[in-house]
Amino acid sequence: MPNLNRIRAIAEKEVFHILRDSRTLAIIFIMPLLQLIIFGYAMNMEIRQVPLIVDDQALNSDSRALVEAFVQTDYFQLVPHREGNLRPEDLFKERLAQATLSIPRDFGSQTQQLFLKIDASDPNSAQMIQNYATGIVNAYAPTATGGIDLRAQILYNPDLKSSYFFVPGLIALILVMICALLTSISISREKEMGTMEQILVSPVSATEILVGKVLPYILLGLIDALLILGVGMLLFQVPFRGDFLVFLLFTFLYVLTSLCLGLLVSTVAKTQQAAMMMALGLTLLPTLLLSGYMFPISSMPPLLQKITYIIPARYYLQIIRGIMLKGNSIQHLYQAGLSLMLMSGFMLMVAARRFKLRLS
Amino acid sequence: MIHTRSLNKDFGDFRAVNDINLEIGKGEIFGFLGANGAGKTTTIRMLCGLLKPSSGGISVDGLDIVRHSDQVKQRLGYMSQKFSLYPDLLALENLEFYAGIYQVPFAKALRNVEEIIDQFDLRSILKFRTDDLPMGYKQRLSLVAALVHDPPLVFLDEPTSGVDPQARREFWQAINDLAHKGKTIIVSTHFMDEAEYCHRVIIMQDGREVALGNPAELKAMHSVANMQDLFIKVLGVEDAKSE
Repeated sequence: MPNLNRIRAIAEKEVFHILRDSRTLAIIFIMPLLQLIIFGYAMNMEIRQVPLIVDDQALNSDSRALVEAFVQTDYFQLVPHREGNLRPEDLFKERLAQATLSIPRDFGSQTQQLFLKIDASDPNSAQMIQNYATGIVNAYAPTATGGIDLRAQILYNPDLKSSYFFVPGLIALILVMICALLTSISISREKEMGTMEQILVSPVSATEILVGKVLPYILLGLIDALLILGVGMLLFQVPFRGDFLVFLLFTFLYVLTSLCLGLLVSTVAKTQQAAMMMALGLTLLPTLLLSGYMFPISSMPPLLQKITYIIPARYYLQIIRGIMLKGNSIQHLYQAGLSLMLMSGFMLMVAARRFKLRLS
Repeated sequence: MIHTRSLNKDFGDFRAVNDINLEIGKGEIFGFLGANGAGKTTTIRMLCGLLKPSSGGISVDGLDIVRHSDQVKQRLGYMSQKFSLYPDLLALENLEFYAGIYQVPFAKALRNVEEIIDQFDLRSILKFRTDDLPMGYKQRLSLVAALVHDPPLVFLDEPTSGVDPQARREFWQAINDLAHKGKTIIVSTHFMDEAEYCHRVIIMQDGREVALGNPAELKAMHSVANMQDLFIKVLGVEDAKSE
């Protein structure tokens, strides 16, 4: 049975280390803020002022009203007409425009057809430009699209603000990175310094060491989560529609999972450097690419979809988006929460086992 | 106090410790001598539970160290070859931590080491950060930290490397006092003159015992004047470092 007094002794010592080590404190507080600000402003995926060339052959009141509708939004910006004689391909090659709109001569009377060409060398932007354009045309003349009148309503993020998407994602990304880094460094440092040996001759068990190490960092992880959430809401006006206690509970689980991942790393890595590289390697890219943060899981090949089940952020993203944007409560999220619990339990067990094995 | 039965340790094909049988009594100062790589440290690490023997057994006070590892570990103190207190903690906080992991109330732990703290003149530096201390003080503090839980058995792995001769003499004085109080001391060293402080020594080479006994008797047996000569004689080469 793990002994509480010994766990407390280890946890208290860890607190001293944290408070006295400015490097750790920098990792904990400065890194998340920097990342939030850099990612936040660099990953802005909204598109504004798309250069658009209009080739208006009709030049009647209908066509003018339509063009006016395009220009009045913030999404498009009209490129002067003298370039209009070029073919769209050349315009795109010269990067003079990202989209061209052709209005046929008999627009408004005989035909309601329009031609939109979009430069899709960046498919995401192209998709968005198409959406914007369709929206504008629909708003201008709802019936113009023919028999079926589809009115899509976008929920939870009606303005499609990208901050709604990246702030929750960044909380998931930063937490897993920092937490895995902290525990893996903390243990490999003791190995490097030789202090681990001094602990191992005492009756302290592997589990007691690991639990004692994790406890103080749980608190730090939660403080970090609140910091990112607070700054994210302040700088990027992200809503928080759910229950704060639910957020704390599930964030606690995610922090725990991430810390246990760090423990696991520390049983493999021999030096602090190796631990740092491994912790970052296991968290940064997998979280960015395979958690559903950047790319929807449903569009991944089947094999990759299976791999996403072992990425903790996959579950936490569901949780944090659910809480912040949809106002989810426990009954919507318990499955994801259970998955995190299972993962941390499993990793803690493996870490303790590997830790003991190293002794022989 | 401590008993080993045909102790072996293999690292792959390499046998680092080969058939070591020891019987060390209470209050004894027992020395491990030998060149670097002779198997001293490996043996000591097995004796204090840091390494599992490949074969053979070790018991402390009649308790098998694998089966009763918790009880055994509570009874032993260990000072590693490498300085291993936390540099960012105060000296006192280091002692508090070690008292904590042995579950000794700190006040009691301080009483346990009061005498040796005074003997080593450490009282004035207890509030210092450990990495601000000079080497000699760090060494003494390490020994104190190994004693906070008042263990009957103390392992010292090359405790005096890197310390000046005066400090080494003081250190050995303290070790002697501990033995007088009934503690069993197991110490490894490559300083031959230090072997004279031991009640009994084992000289190791390539993982094997090449000589075992009281230093004076060993010298008489091999008719040599000092430990340095004894060493050359039993090992056949000038294999030891001298001061």
